[in-house]
Amino acid sequence: MSTEAEQLESLAQQEYKYGFVTDIEADALPPGLNEDVIRIISQKKKEPAFMLEWRLKAYRRWLKMEEPKWPKVEYPEINFQDIIYYSAPKNTPKYNSLDEVDPQLLETYNKLGIPLEEQKMLAGVAVDAVFDSVSVATTFKEKLSEMGVIFCPISEALQEYPDLVKKYLGSVVPATDNFYAALNSAVFSDGSFVYVPKGVRCPMELSTYFRINAQNTGQFERTLIVADEGSYVSYLEGCTAPQRDENQLHAAVVELVALKGAEIKYSTVQNWYPGDDEGKGGIYNFVTKRGIAHENAKISWTQVETGSAITWKYPSVILKGDNSIGEFYSVAMTNKFQQADTGTKMIHIGKNTRSNIVSKGISAGRSNNSYRGLVKVMKSAENARNFSQCDSLLIGDKCGAHTFPYIEVNNTTGRVEHEATTSKIGEDQIFYCNQRGLDTEQAVSLIVNGYCKEVFRELPMEFAVEAQKLLSISLEGSVG
Amino acid sequence: MLQIKDLHASIEGKEILKGIDLEVKKGEVHAIMGPNGSGKSTLANILAGREEYEVTSGSINYLGEDLLELDPEERAHKGIFLAFQYPVEIPGVSNVYFLRTALNEVRKSQGLEELDAAQFLKLVRRKIDLVELDKSLLNRAVNEGFSGGEKKRNEIFQMAVLEPKLAILDETDSGLDIDALRIVANGVNSLKSKDNATIVVTHYQRLLDYIVPDVVHVLFKGKIVKSGGKELALELESKGYDWLK
Ligand SMILES: Nc1ncnc2c1ncn2[C@@H]1O[C@H](COP(=O)(O)OP(=O)(O)O)[C@@H](O)[C@H]1O
Ligand SMILES: [Mg+2]
Repeated sequence: MSTEAEQLESLAQQEYKYGFVTDIEADALPPGLNEDVIRIISQKKKEPAFMLEWRLKAYRRWLKMEEPKWPKVEYPEINFQDIIYYSAPKNTPKYNSLDEVDPQLLETYNKLGIPLEEQKMLAGVAVDAVFDSVSVATTFKEKLSEMGVIFCPISEALQEYPDLVKKYLGSVVPATDNFYAALNSAVFSDGSFVYVPKGVRCPMELSTYFRINAQNTGQFERTLIVADEGSYVSYLEGCTAPQRDENQLHAAVVELVALKGAEIKYSTVQNWYPGDDEGKGGIYNFVTKRGIAHENAKISWTQVETGSAITWKYPSVILKGDNSIGEFYSVAMTNKFQQADTGTKMIHIGKNTRSNIVSKGISAGRSNNSYRGLVKVMKSAENARNFSQCDSLLIGDKCGAHTFPYIEVNNTTGRVEHEATTSKIGEDQIFYCNQRGLDTEQAVSLIVNGYCKEVFRELPMEFAVEAQKLLSISLEGSVG
Repeated sequence: MLQIKDLHASIEGKEILKGIDLEVKKGEVHAIMGPNGSGKSTLANILAGREEYEVTSGSINYLGEDLLELDPEERAHKGIFLAFQYPVEIPGVSNVYFLRTALNEVRKSQGLEELDAAQFLKLVRRKIDLVELDKSLLNRAVNEGFSGGEKKRNEIFQMAVLEPKLAILDETDSGLDIDALRIVANGVNSLKSKDNATIVVTHYQRLLDYIVPDVVHVLFKGKIVKSGGKELALELESKGYDWLK
């Protein structure tokens, strides 16, 4: 019995495969944060005046705010004055072709298995690559612009479409929404902006690969996606990071606006460095993601979270319009000393609004994995429907899984259903697979992937394959 | 092919097998009978390599190798197949995907090329008729929501695809109606060859009307108390086990 447990244990030990640092000379500010730093950021980005005011307002509010303490995660206190708030690769011209891109950067993508060349050829995937904090390569832009779709770095959007950005930035996640969102609003360096015009079905999946690179650089991405009436867009976000010693803070904000009859599908595969065997050095990931769905609109969040030392993340949907739909599909895998406190919020405001939550937690090693979900049905939300399914899978006996569902129903016609299960990966299942010729590592990977099926099938094809690979990688290890 | 010598095994400190001797040759069908709790499944699981059971003494030789030295998956690669008394459900993993993975693992270990989806499907079409398994079960999750009979047929279907050298059927007959029994038996019989062997574990005689054994053993309280020809099964049917005590 104990050897089986040990085997499972050692399975859960797996070296981070993407631990390498690319040496591109960084143009960075010294560590620390004050109003001047914010001014410099805004200036470097050649931002319109309103943006600086917006940032400063957020900063002043942030100074008065406190870090949230309610998540079930523990970490040493972060000194926000030790963080570098701006760094950019030295040369950031816009390239016309890949030949002009720094070969070292391309090499980095090659190591990650996502070479740009291939992506360019990959049918229908436009890539806005965020390297450190500044975008250095954008493809498929022409095809998109033919249809009026805007997909560009948010810094560029601020210069070229300031009114559009001004109208929606902060409209879903106000600059002062929470501690990390306020910090992000003050110092965000870059991110993506998407606008899909009325009635347009975006012809390709839009995708961004994030990568944190310069030492000790806080990463503050800001993403804003606006789907105008009756439009559709699918957006993919994926990332992986080099191995390092110091903890890295990442506090992104993602805002989605789905106007009347629009649909936004937002998929994430997150694989940031989770820390070493003692849990040191991993990424802290404090993310605010929220969407607003107007009448007959639909927003789906699908996430596969395998990385980071700490994940604090609750992609949410405000179901404002009548008949709007919110969905959340999540796989959160923790291993070693990783801690994840993740879930969703579904706020039903409009009539006949529907939300669906499928959360699959997998805990291995000494990790802790919490689901925290809020379903709120407001008085106005006649006939609101929610269904939540929260499953936890334990691998080994030193990890933890926790579920915190909060349900608040203020309209008697609302119907909210919550189901939760916790199971251990079965020795019977593993033996059954062994007997058919699969080794234990394969068996665990197969069983876990099966367990996550409901979520994976929500991902776009290529992404689903990548997600399965990632999950298998994070489960791999030397079988004793 | 298989020689078991003076095998003692226990679980959680309790001795279950108390000295088993058994020899199975290529081409043979052996039946192991005995009342509930006599250790039949224990023996089957030990042959397949289940770790919970501790072999305290004795030896098992399989095709010239010390079987007890091999991991369960290595045993599978070398042709040992156990049809489980209680087949296990694996939610979210499709039956065909599972089986193709299994077959390819076995093939890889033998230095054979892996089969792609199309080649595998061809093979599946040939084998599925053998056990008259409902095709819709192929794309369902492994054993999930299968009826008792469907699970058992699925085991035999897996066996048909994997073509083991030594198949051990642990009470594959229990819970089957006569039609299903006949189908399962047909499956087993049509896979029989002079190069492979089958151990059929059962506590009813009726399966042996369809699968004719060369040797019948009676396992009682962890020991083989009697071995004989197929007529022994009939004798057990009429007299029960008491006379063997
Ligand atoms: N996992 C287990 N833990 C404890 N006792 C067990 C376990 N498995 C089997 N046994 C015991 O071993 C004996 C033999 O069981 P088994 O091999 O399943 O018998 P059979 O298949 O002949 O009915 C029984 O007394 C049973 O209670
Ligand atoms: Mg039994």
